[in-house]
Amino acid sequence: MPITRDAVLDWLKAFAAAIASERDHLTELDSAIGDADHGANMDRGFQAVLGMLPAVAEQDVGAVLKAVGMKLVSTVGGASGPLYGTLFLQMGAATAGKLTLSPAEWAAGLGAGVEGVARRGRARRGEKTMIDSLVPATEALSAALEGGASLEDALWQAERAARRGMLDTTPMVATKGRASYLGERSAGHQDPGATSAHLLVRAAAEAWAPEREPHHP
Amino acid sequence: MKKLINKPEDVVAEGLRGMALAHADILKVQFGPDYLVRADAPVKGKVGIVSGGGSGHEPMHGGFVGMGMLDAACPGAVFTSPTPDQVLAASRAVSGGAGVLLIVKNYTGDVLNFEMAADMARAEGIEVEAVVTNDDVAVKDSLYTAGRRGVGVTVLAEKMAGAAAEERRPLEEVAEVCRKVNAQGRSMGMALTSCTVPHAGKPTFDLPEDEMEIGIGIHGEPGRTRMKLKTAAEITELLATAVLEDLPFQRGDRALALVNGMGGTPLIELYLVFQELARICKGRGVAIARSLVGPYITSLDMAGCSLTLVRMDDELLRLWDAPVRTSALRWGV
Repeated sequence: MPITRDAVLDWLKAFAAAIASERDHLTELDSAIGDADHGANMDRGFQAVLGMLPAVAEQDVGAVLKAVGMKLVSTVGGASGPLYGTLFLQMGAATAGKLTLSPAEWAAGLGAGVEGVARRGRARRGEKTMIDSLVPATEALSAALEGGASLEDALWQAERAARRGMLDTTPMVATKGRASYLGERSAGHQDPGATSAHLLVRAAAEAWAPEREPHHP
Repeated sequence: MKKLINKPEDVVAEGLRGMALAHADILKVQFGPDYLVRADAPVKGKVGIVSGGGSGHEPMHGGFVGMGMLDAACPGAVFTSPTPDQVLAASRAVSGGAGVLLIVKNYTGDVLNFEMAADMARAEGIEVEAVVTNDDVAVKDSLYTAGRRGVGVTVLAEKMAGAAAEERRPLEEVAEVCRKVNAQGRSMGMALTSCTVPHAGKPTFDLPEDEMEIGIGIHGEPGRTRMKLKTAAEITELLATAVLEDLPFQRGDRALALVNGMGGTPLIELYLVFQELARICKGRGVAIARSLVGPYITSLDMAGCSLTLVRMDDELLRLWDAPVRTSALRWGV
C-alpha cells in the first residue's frame, strides 16, 4: 500500500496534535533535566508548520518535508530546531519529487532523516537523546518490512521500539545537551527529546494504521 | 509564582518593544526575524559583532548593543537559542565591509543555530568568524558532556572585543581578543532558588529553604551539586577556589572580577560577596585590577550569584577601559 502525499500531511497533523496535547508533559520532563522549554518550543514550531502546510499541500512529498524542516529551523530554536529541522530536511531530500512512497521508500527516507540528526548532533545511542527513540524505530521499521510484515504492522513495531527506546533513556546518564551538565543527576529521568521523538513515530502508526494498534500490557 | 507580565507568549516581544522605546538613542529593534541592532548600524569599515541567546538573561545580550560593544543581539524565546534566520538578518544589518564576529555561548542549541547561520552568511559573501565561550568550571569538559557552558566571561569578552572592533582592528584580531578573554577567564555560579519561566508558572526545580545549588547554569536547570546553605564567606570561598585553581591564577596576576547577580539577589548581597572575593584574592596574591558588580547575565528571577575572573594584561586593561555606550554598560562617554 503506497503512502500518498496526503497521508504524509495526515502524519504531520497527527504529530502536531500530539505535541500540543503532550506539551505540559514535555515541559515537566524538560524541567527535571533541562530548562523547561521543550514543550513550548515544539508546540510553537508545529503550530507554525500547521499554518504553513496549506501553502505546500499540492507539492511533492520531498518539497513538503523540506518546507517543514525550514519552518522548524526558523521557529523552534534551541537544539531541537536544528535537529528536528535536519530530520525533515534530510527526509525531504531523500523523497524529492515523489507524490507517493512505497513502504521501503518511507523507511529509507526516515532513516536518512535520522542519520542527519545523528550527524548534526554528533550523537549515538546511549547518550540520552532523541536518537535513543529514533534509531530503534528505524531499525525496527526496516527489519519488519524486510521480514515481509505489512506496512501497518511494521509501523506499530517501530512505535513499540521507539517507546522502548524512550523508556530506556530513564536510567541513562546524559552525555549530550543540557542534561549532560547534571552528570549523574540526569539519571532517573526520561529524556524529553526521546519522548517527542516517540510521538513522531507513534503519529505515523496512528495516522496510517489506527485499527492495527496492539494492546499494551 | 507572581510575574509582572501580560500573556506569557508575549513576554519577549513586549520586553523588546520596551527596550526599543527606552533606549531609542542607542538601539533599534527589528521583528520578524527578531534582533536588536545599534542605531547607527552598519558602521562602515568596522567589524560587526553579533551575539545572542535565549531571552531571560537580560541585560545579556540586548543590553550590550551600542558603541564599543555589540552591534547586534539576537533574542530567542525564553532560555531558547535564537534561530539561524535571526542571526543571518542581524549579520547582514551590521556588516560594514570588515566582516562579522559571532560570539557564541557553548550550549548545544546556540552552537547548532549559530553554525547554520554562519554557513548561510558565508554563502552570501559575508566574512564570518565565530568564537565560542566556555568559561564555566562547574561542568567537566570531557567526552561525556556537552562541554563547558559559556557564562560570565561572555559579557566581558563582548566588551573587550567590542573595544577592539571600535578601534577598527581587522576581523582576525577582534576574534583573537575574544578568544584570549575566554581562554583567560573562568566562572562558577550558585543558586538560592530556581527561577520561573513565564509559560511554566512554577519554578523549574524545587530548592528547600535550607539548601542551595552549586554549579548552576543560567537557564534554571539544576546544578552539579546540592548542599546545605552556607554563609556568604563559605560560598564565595567555594566558588572562588574553583575558579582560581582551574586556570590556575598565579601570585602576581591581575584580574578583572565580575560578581554577577542571577536576577533575584539584591545588590547589597553582591557587594558583600565581592568583599569576600577581594579578601580571598588578596590572600592568593591576585590583584583585582578592575571590577564589575551587578546583574549582567541573569536567569530571570533566580536568586544567586556567579563569579568570573579574567587574567588581564595591558592590552585587555586598555580595551576594558575604552569608552562604551550601551543601555547596561556606559563609561568614557
